Amino acid sequence: MIPLEYYLVVASALFSLGLYGMLTRKNAVNVLMAIELIFNSANINLVAFSRFVTGDTEGQVFALLVIAIAACEAAVALAIVMSLYRITKGVSLEDASVLKG
Amino acid sequence: MEDLAPQIIFWVFAALMLGSALIVVAGKNLVRSAFALLATFFSVAAFYVMLGADFLAGAQILVYVGGILTLILFGVMLTNRIYSLELNTPRFQVVPGALVSTAIFMILVTVVRVTPWKQASIVEEGPTTARIGRALMNQYVLPFEVASVLLLIALLGAAMLVRRRTDL
Repeated sequence: MIPLEYYLVVASALFSLGLYGMLTRKNAVNVLMAIELIFNSANINLVAFSRFVTGDTEGQVFALLVIAIAACEAAVALAIVMSLYRITKGVSLEDASVLKG
Repeated sequence: MEDLAPQIIFWVFAALMLGSALIVVAGKNLVRSAFALLATFFSVAAFYVMLGADFLAGAQILVYVGGILTLILFGVMLTNRIYSLELNTPRFQVVPGALVSTAIFMILVTVVRVTPWKQASIVEEGPTTARIGRALMNQYVLPFEVASVLLLIALLGAAMLVRRRTDL
């Protein structure tokens, strides 16, 4: 049986990698991929807690809702990336200054 | 021997997950990053299986691999000329980013090690689908409905955003 701490450490590593990607990338699609990594690390934590700390399936219900919200986020974010591409002919986040007055 | 097999499976999938995540965030080619994300999602699903969350592992593969990854690949293909070399994505502030994420990783590991985690006395085994369905229909019916409304709004909003200005 793998102890809880191992899962938490692996999820923390995944979270830090996602954070690194969010901080260092300029391409909007790549930043989106990094955000998906962070969602997944949070989900691993929820499922691990539901297995080891409470012992029931409540954490899995929350993880399921997180997956649904991640799907919403991906759809809306890619729609924004598409309209950004149409306006600036690129997906660099530095060019996303249309809303600046 | 019987004790060793879960350990080996765990570390193999952890290495696969973190290695492919490293390619996602540090790789040069955007398409390669998208396909490395596939390996990450699959190893997260394997973690769910190891944690006894069979329904969630299926949902992970269906939604992430079948939906979100396809969407991201569409995003990559539609916003880049695939035959040009522009798929190399620029990076900036690499050193501060690495420092910040390493510091946060250290803090998280310290918290994980120091906290005395409560251990569940009874762990419910067996298939989880029926239990998740019952929880969603009884205790968590409001979040469930809110999530469905949110999905509808996201669908409409995404369609609205990518529409051409001329047919407003």
